[in-house]
Amino acid sequence: MPELRFTKDHEWIRVEDGDVYAIGITAFAQGQLGDVVFVELPEIGKKVAKGGQAAVVESVKAASDIYAPVSGTVVAANDALAGEPGLVNSDPTGAGWFFKLKATETAEFQDLMDQAAYDAFVASLG
Amino acid sequence: MDKSQGRLAAVPAASETLAPAATHSGHRGLMLEEPLIFEQGVPGRIGVDVPAAPAAKSRLGSFKRKAPIGLPCLSEPQVVRHFTRLSQKNYGIDSGLFALGSCTMKHNPRLNEKMARLPGFADIHPLQPVQTVQGALELIDELARWLKTLTGMPAVAMSPAAGAHGELCGMVAIWSAIQAKGEGATRTRVLVPESAHGTNPATAALLGFTVDPIPADARGRVDLAAFEKKLGPDVAAIMLTNPNTCGLFENDIRKIADLIHAAGGYFYCDGANYNAIAGRVRPADLGVDAMHINLHKTFSTPHGGGGPGSGPVVLSALLAPYAPLPYVVHGANGFALVETATGAAKPFGRLKAFNGQMGMFVRALAYMLSHGADGIRQASTDAVLNANYILARLRDVMSPAFDGGPCMHEALFDDTFLKDTGISTLDFAKAMIDEGYHPMTMYFPLVVHGAMLVEPTESESKESLDAFIDTLRYLAIEARKPGAAVWFQAAPRLTPRRRLDETRAARAPVLRWKPPVKTAQAAE
Repeated sequence: MPELRFTKDHEWIRVEDGDVYAIGITAFAQGQLGDVVFVELPEIGKKVAKGGQAAVVESVKAASDIYAPVSGTVVAANDALAGEPGLVNSDPTGAGWFFKLKATETAEFQDLMDQAAYDAFVASLG
Repeated sequence: MDKSQGRLAAVPAASETLAPAATHSGHRGLMLEEPLIFEQGVPGRIGVDVPAAPAAKSRLGSFKRKAPIGLPCLSEPQVVRHFTRLSQKNYGIDSGLFALGSCTMKHNPRLNEKMARLPGFADIHPLQPVQTVQGALELIDELARWLKTLTGMPAVAMSPAAGAHGELCGMVAIWSAIQAKGEGATRTRVLVPESAHGTNPATAALLGFTVDPIPADARGRVDLAAFEKKLGPDVAAIMLTNPNTCGLFENDIRKIADLIHAAGGYFYCDGANYNAIAGRVRPADLGVDAMHINLHKTFSTPHGGGGPGSGPVVLSALLAPYAPLPYVVHGANGFALVETATGAAKPFGRLKAFNGQMGMFVRALAYMLSHGADGIRQASTDAVLNANYILARLRDVMSPAFDGGPCMHEALFDDTFLKDTGISTLDFAKAMIDEGYHPMTMYFPLVVHGAMLVEPTESESKESLDAFIDTLRYLAIEARKPGAAVWFQAAPRLTPRRRLDETRAARAPVLRWKPPVKTAQAAE
């Protein structure tokens, strides 16, 4: 499985193919949110800057913005989430992916936390 | 001599086997199961004998109804019982303590209702000639005078119909002032604390502003340093609630007001929690430019299912010219309604048909006049005292979210006291229902993990508060016992319905009743 990188906002990002990356939320994030009931995905072709709002996830507890971990253009969105938002809970880093970006600056990926750094970050949250 | 008159002399000892979960009838005691009204109807049954409609030629053409309308057909006693039984399943402020934080579920005095039903207020029409509704206009003017006096603000827009509607009114006034200064293209950012009511960022976004969140500091207040860093020539306003949604007074509010004004922006205050400070603090003295007042919270008019909200907005001198139409003035010939802009006024338009929530105006003024200025001050004081009593008596068994001192009108707990028990805030709240209490607000504000926001209001007696506190203490202590999670996660046990599937309700809501498909008949 290709390497996952993480943001402090609990998004994960993974290389799919060259400069195309898949993005979703972490197992920790879905656990905090509780049952996801709705996901608003970006339109294909939308340009997002690193840290810019790209999607919205809504659970029984709260609605939260999902930010782009790297800058790029949206090339795919996981339409399966419209009918089955629970995939975000059951398989957050697999079938529960949100969208795919064609990155403009692949170096941004390397700046993100790796698994060990993210685990330490989550542990520090108590 | 036997005085039992046939009654059993002693009640048999209760045990699990004597209290079966299921009954033959489906009812539990005198709590009756109630089907939907559509499921009870029998075609042709009727409650009122009305003459048949005269035959009339239909002009609906292709829009003519092709199938029966499907209204339920019931007798009058069936209808009366149906709605009575439904009402018995309801829980409201008239049933008991309703500690729903941020909502201010205070008692709605019956005097308010009596006044609102006076024919001179209840039976008038907004299109009547103003000469015939002088008393009603005087009431609006008098209520406006009270609101201006209590807040220290020079103007008030009375027409907004709810808190969020009031926010929109105040923010449109700010937007109008920015446009008038020719800064519409540059002042586009609105600062909103992370703990704000969700309506604040929604209002700013609706007007086309960019919402920029300000973090809270460790004390649960606006992080002043972070706020200062975000100031700039593109900032239109800050939207700040005080006391804030953590139930805490924003101690730096004067400094925040001065800084936003120095940066050329405006200060919108969300007045949802004004009930904590009414009669003690004048928002004008805090540097507020606009603030809505929830009459349905602070001034005891009903809300929830009980009636419409009402959210008048007080405005500073800078914003007063933009106040929406219509408004009441006192002229040479008595009270009049200003329906079009005159003089220096530059109203931004209208927010609502007619003049606002007249019935709520009557109730709010009845509350003010029956309490007096000293009574309003005491209500705020008691609301804060009650919340602090709860905080103080639960501090050792629950976990205050910010334990740096007294709170205002709400006691806020996080879920640290449930850590490692396997019990969530939701489970704890459900267990409260079995104990006869409507849960507090949960998971809000979002800045606190597993938040439980308790707002007792001034309506509760010490006995009522003690009974509530004792119940929460019992549950908090039970929660720490080994194996408690199973019990909490199964709550509520004693309600007409057990725990509802909130996830499925959100993912696949059934919004309309449809008659069952008659498969048996189809097979015949």
